[in-house]
Amino acid sequence: MASNKKYWKSEAELSPDNSIVEQLRQNEFPEEVPVDQFLGDKEGLAATTTNRRDFLKYVGFSTAAASLAACEGPVNYSIPYVVQPEQIIPGVANYYATTIANGFDFASILIKTREGRPIKVENNRDAKSNSGANARVQASVLSLYDSNRLQGPMAGEEQIDWDTLDATVKATLNATRNSGKKVVMLTQTYASPSTDRLISEFQAQYPNVSHVTYDTISEDAALTAFEARYGERALADYDFEKAEYIVGIGADFLGDWHGGNFDSGYSKGRVPKNGKMSRHVQFEANMSLTGANADKRIMLKPSQQKIALAKLYGKLNGTSVGGELPEAAERALDQIAAEISKNRSAAVVVTGIDDVNAQAVALEINEMLGSKAFDPSTPRYVRQGNTAEVNQLIEDMNAGRVGALLMDGVNPVYSLPNAAEFLTGLEKVDVSVAFSNTWNDTTAVSKFTGASNHYLESWGDVQLKKGHYSLMQPTIKELFDTRQFQSALLKWMGNDVSYYDYVKTTWSESILNGSDWNQALHDGAFVTSGSVTTSESEAPVATAAEEEMPTTVVPIASALRALSSTPASEMELVLYSKVGMGDGQQANNPWLQEFPDPITRVSWDNYLTISKADAEKMGFENEHVANGGLDGSYANVEVNGVSVKNVPVIIQPGQAPGTVGLSFGYGKKTGIREDMQIGVNAYPLYQDFSTIQEATVTKAPGMHEFACVQLHKTLMGRGDIIKETTLEIFNTKDHAEWNHVPQVSLNHQEVPATTVDLWEGFDRSVGHHFNMSIDLNACTGCGACVIACHAENNVPVVGKEEVRRSRDMHWLRIDRYYSSEDTFEDDNEKKDNLSGAIGSKVGFEEMEDPAVNPQVAFQPVMCQHCNHAPCETVCPVAATSHSRQGQNHMAYNRCVGTRYCANNCPYKVRRFNWFLYNNNDEFDYHMNNDLGKMVINPDVTVRSRGVMEKCSMCIQMTQKVILDAKREGRTVKDGEFQTACSNACNNGAIVFGDINDESSQVAELKDNDRMYHLLESVGTKPNVFYHVKVRNTEKA
Amino acid sequence: MTVENIEKQHMKKVLNRHQIATVLGISLFVTLLFSPSLSAQDAAEPAAAETEAVAEESGESAGDAAKGKQLFNQNCAACHALDRKMTGPALANVESRLAEEEGLDKQWLQAWIKNSPAMIASGDAYANEIYNEYNQAAMTPFPTLSYQDIDDILAYTAAPPPAPQQTDATTAGGEASTGGGSGISNELILGALVLVFGILVVMLFLVNSTLKRIAEASGVVVEKEKVEKRTPIWKAFAQNQFLVLVSVIFLMLVGAYYAYGWMMQVGVDQGYAPIQPIHYSHKIHAGDNKIECKYCHSSARVSKHSGIPSLNVCMNCHKSIYEYKGNPEGPSQEDLANGYTNEFYTKEIKKLYKAVGWDETNQRYTGETQPVEWVRIHNLPDFAYFNHSQHVSVAGIECQTCHGPVEEMEIMYQYSPLTMGWCINCHRETNVKVEGNEYYEKIHEELSKKYGVDQLTAAQLGGLECGKCHY
Repeated sequence: MASNKKYWKSEAELSPDNSIVEQLRQNEFPEEVPVDQFLGDKEGLAATTTNRRDFLKYVGFSTAAASLAACEGPVNYSIPYVVQPEQIIPGVANYYATTIANGFDFASILIKTREGRPIKVENNRDAKSNSGANARVQASVLSLYDSNRLQGPMAGEEQIDWDTLDATVKATLNATRNSGKKVVMLTQTYASPSTDRLISEFQAQYPNVSHVTYDTISEDAALTAFEARYGERALADYDFEKAEYIVGIGADFLGDWHGGNFDSGYSKGRVPKNGKMSRHVQFEANMSLTGANADKRIMLKPSQQKIALAKLYGKLNGTSVGGELPEAAERALDQIAAEISKNRSAAVVVTGIDDVNAQAVALEINEMLGSKAFDPSTPRYVRQGNTAEVNQLIEDMNAGRVGALLMDGVNPVYSLPNAAEFLTGLEKVDVSVAFSNTWNDTTAVSKFTGASNHYLESWGDVQLKKGHYSLMQPTIKELFDTRQFQSALLKWMGNDVSYYDYVKTTWSESILNGSDWNQALHDGAFVTSGSVTTSESEAPVATAAEEEMPTTVVPIASALRALSSTPASEMELVLYSKVGMGDGQQANNPWLQEFPDPITRVSWDNYLTISKADAEKMGFENEHVANGGLDGSYANVEVNGVSVKNVPVIIQPGQAPGTVGLSFGYGKKTGIREDMQIGVNAYPLYQDFSTIQEATVTKAPGMHEFACVQLHKTLMGRGDIIKETTLEIFNTKDHAEWNHVPQVSLNHQEVPATTVDLWEGFDRSVGHHFNMSIDLNACTGCGACVIACHAENNVPVVGKEEVRRSRDMHWLRIDRYYSSEDTFEDDNEKKDNLSGAIGSKVGFEEMEDPAVNPQVAFQPVMCQHCNHAPCETVCPVAATSHSRQGQNHMAYNRCVGTRYCANNCPYKVRRFNWFLYNNNDEFDYHMNNDLGKMVINPDVTVRSRGVMEKCSMCIQMTQKVILDAKREGRTVKDGEFQTACSNACNNGAIVFGDINDESSQVAELKDNDRMYHLLESVGTKPNVFYHVKVRNTEKA
Repeated sequence: MTVENIEKQHMKKVLNRHQIATVLGISLFVTLLFSPSLSAQDAAEPAAAETEAVAEESGESAGDAAKGKQLFNQNCAACHALDRKMTGPALANVESRLAEEEGLDKQWLQAWIKNSPAMIASGDAYANEIYNEYNQAAMTPFPTLSYQDIDDILAYTAAPPPAPQQTDATTAGGEASTGGGSGISNELILGALVLVFGILVVMLFLVNSTLKRIAEASGVVVEKEKVEKRTPIWKAFAQNQFLVLVSVIFLMLVGAYYAYGWMMQVGVDQGYAPIQPIHYSHKIHAGDNKIECKYCHSSARVSKHSGIPSLNVCMNCHKSIYEYKGNPEGPSQEDLANGYTNEFYTKEIKKLYKAVGWDETNQRYTGETQPVEWVRIHNLPDFAYFNHSQHVSVAGIECQTCHGPVEEMEIMYQYSPLTMGWCINCHRETNVKVEGNEYYEKIHEELSKKYGVDQLTAAQLGGLECGKCHY
């Protein structure tokens, strides 16, 4: 049962007498007010010549001056449009459908603009594919207003104009045509029919041009395996909603595996309906988002994962496959094979191992099972990088065969594992042009830099998967003198057509098939029934590459043999992309830097994750210091002679022993603000574009200071915050058992706490009564809501130092709880009573198990908008008060900053503005420059220093919906009321609405048996409710 | 031409632009304008007769210039003036000019007016020339105009142009004399009052002296009482400690009251009337010409901002209205004292042209714009959310409720204090307009039953909750 389960947030909590944990438990604000900082040191005070009288004079004068100055109000100016655009009404938001396609993230999205400024990214729910914006996509709007953006083309470090650049490139193109040298375009994955057509036309004009697609984080193995089997270089598509049994082997499919965006379907299958939900078993080394959501997670080294995959194939196929596996894994595989064989087509097996054999076997398994969730007929095109071609290019460059290199959307000097070779090669290239949004390592060494458009300033199109098209349209005019690569290509071809017209022509000729262009542009997405041939730009290069890569089907037998005989190495490094940073394109985005990783809860860093056993063996430590911060040892990681020094270490529960994990995307130094030049660059270790490496890890001196929100706000011993149960209990027992309502004593009788009321309740049956439902089963912890909330509510970025001091400002946090099966007291008792060598071994193993490989639960927590809010009763100035619509209001201008409310809040969701976070050079993020401020939502106050703030349940959005209904003289329909988080949640985990509307979805969810409130025993009667997490454990 | 005629023309133009269907209302308004000054109407007639005479003299078929003027104002004036280029060419003596310069006869003109696009399409040389000269702005075809109508219009264009300065002078004079008349009457009343008071005072003295004389005569001695030496009042006051205490407390309370009052007005900019870069008179637009507020401040209907009109909205009318010709009564004494002459206003219109980049002589936009930096008058603090559409569209509140008599404001100023107390008061007192709004139906029915009232105030509907305005 859920209630006797113990949850913990950090390793430190497991030791019963950790004084720091105890201290944090007692103190909401672990740091004292820094009096010393503003009083200065004693000697300084003694040495000053200012005596008391002078001091009083200064005080008097400044007070008088301040009050005099305050009497004169500032003069404000209003500058209307000269010619107001027809669609723009000041104060009314416009939405445009567009698409992000930056080579790593591909999604069909809506952009909210105010007075012509894009301010927010929303999901394009009408789009059939990739309609979910993840945290990075949500944050991408801020990258548009990056103050480090390039403002015009450059030659070296000098500003030039486009005409000069055009002339040079044209001259080079014409010169190389006869010189026998190649011109190479090295670009991101576009997956764009128009760009493909454009490149092939470009090649027709300049036959010596070849096109190399380079994915920073490659899916080459999966692409090659798919190509070998299905003849097309693409990735298979999966619909996890249709799968009842999901086996993931090293595939972080809730992260960025195969381009991501699988979480929506996955979540739909995870919500128990009619007693059924999907079962998910994950084999992995790092604790990934996917593993954290799995019903059963088995830790395996990557080398063992390969064997496990081969064995799984063998077991499903009835053949025997060799190889050594730990007993637990072997047992688990037997069980999986047995369960899958009950309903083979309902199962799906996916793998993220960077190995062609592994990918081929996974495809073979799904074909063999006839998996319904597996769809190779409409493959995804969002990864097209070809590592062989990239390596060939570097070779060619070094051999002096490349006359010109045109780059777009890539930063090879930063992200190539063999960047040094690339650099020496680049010196032999006559003309190099790098198109980029910002100054980076590659632009710094290129001869020319083309300042390119942000995607919100560009035209474009994407074929996300076969027949699923998406259009990109600009939502703002170019902020600077920039140009998108495609426009430049057109210009260099001497074609006067704008890229918009070019895209339109492509669509009307080969995609729309008679459908309306304007409608497609309005919808942002378009699905064709038949397949469409896009002219293949890669044809000439492909022939060159074919020699190296056999296009014949990989023989399964040999693949299995290769997999099963994978030798294990002592320490295996698994490189991964972090939820918040991806491949590192947006490293200059403060929202993403401050975004706490869903698993480690560390912001502003990347780190080496290591298992506790290995850490102890090698002497790595994680310790919590007095101010509540987390410190960690440093490590040096060496792979094949390439070493990355001083990597901070995090001890990660659930990390497979013998493995370490390190994320990409950090450690950028060029063209990035100093605050964000953090972390270490993992790309040098990404050798041969494989995320799995054999590594040597050694301890380095010193301790690293993390900005980790993990130990902050501990559970305070209230273990019933997360309620969870198993599918079996859920199906067979009464909900009173697995969703136990706390009892209190009333008139000497035990009654449910929810029925007791200290106060007279307010009648909320009239009008709207907003409630929010959060389904712990559907929530994958992806964090899109966190960034959406950031953007919608002008939440400030406070920086690493302040986050470390537990002064993070996120209104919405996603708590991550690890859990063990029993209470820790039971564990201790058990340990004491163990006897005999065998008995103690088994006992210890059992006890060790949950802590080493814990179960994980994610819980988004924002202000619970209690109907009996403890914060309201203690505010001395009535700055926080309740509305009849169920929202707990916070009047910032009334708040005097006593912080009583935060102390009295049982959910710890109130945030205090310790400083002025805007127009303050100490917090030099987007709110400190005019460009960055363009992202600010004009409907929400920017808070000042000394006031408390918290989630408002997006009252600006609910009020707008009400006003629109009033103006149109109609009632509000269900689904109209949304908050930023519910809008951002593509998984259906967060549902918002009016429970007085009985037909609404949220009212229905409130009647569900799984519904519970946080800390019901406190009697706060929150307006946010949760749904008990149900795990599909093996018993079910 | 008389003031009324100018005014009529002026109004018509605006109304044509609006395409307001309420012709009845217009005619009533025009009639009202005309009715008080029949003599002016009479004066116009000889002029018309003269025009006719001119038209007849020119030997062409007779057109009625008076009727032509009416037709011209209705159909042509939006794009044409007699003596200057607008969207289309100046039309004074157009018929004779065409005949002399281009050798085109009246048939050509008639065909052009009735269907100009067809003529352009047919490849007529001059038609295409004029079409291209005026930025290919096609002239609306007027197939409904009869040949007689066209003759009338042409007759009007052939009439000699009026002399506007003259009218200005007379208007000013007339206004001055009436203004003077009212001044005299006030002084007369005051003088009479002073006189009455004087008489009363004199009478009082007379009565007093008479009584004294009577007393003397009858031997009554009016003895002046001997003034006893008393402690001066301030000393007595100082000795009475209780009184001192009370008065000190009283004074402190009064002081505190005024200090509080003074401090409370800090930041309240009621009456704030900054000088704007263009002297825009709400009185002329909203008052004299009765332009609906939301014609220019259109976003007040749908947005939280009322919106300062963009300059293209100004140009909707000011493309045709290039000079200020005075209101029907002419500038008042006060206006003249402030320098608000017609020339002054015309100069402000030129400022608009400069800002919007309108080349008057060529009737085209140059593209060189200078956005106007208006000084914002109503400055709500950033932490207060106010939505115009809620109040204007949903509640149906008149703009004047908060903004005061804007139609009388020569210089716009902040009429209301815009303090929270002021907002709250109104929310307490104002009933919510629920009629015909489906949104309110259920909530109003249930809430009014709960509170036992017929009409709910905004406060009862939750209009006092902090978070409704502060988020």
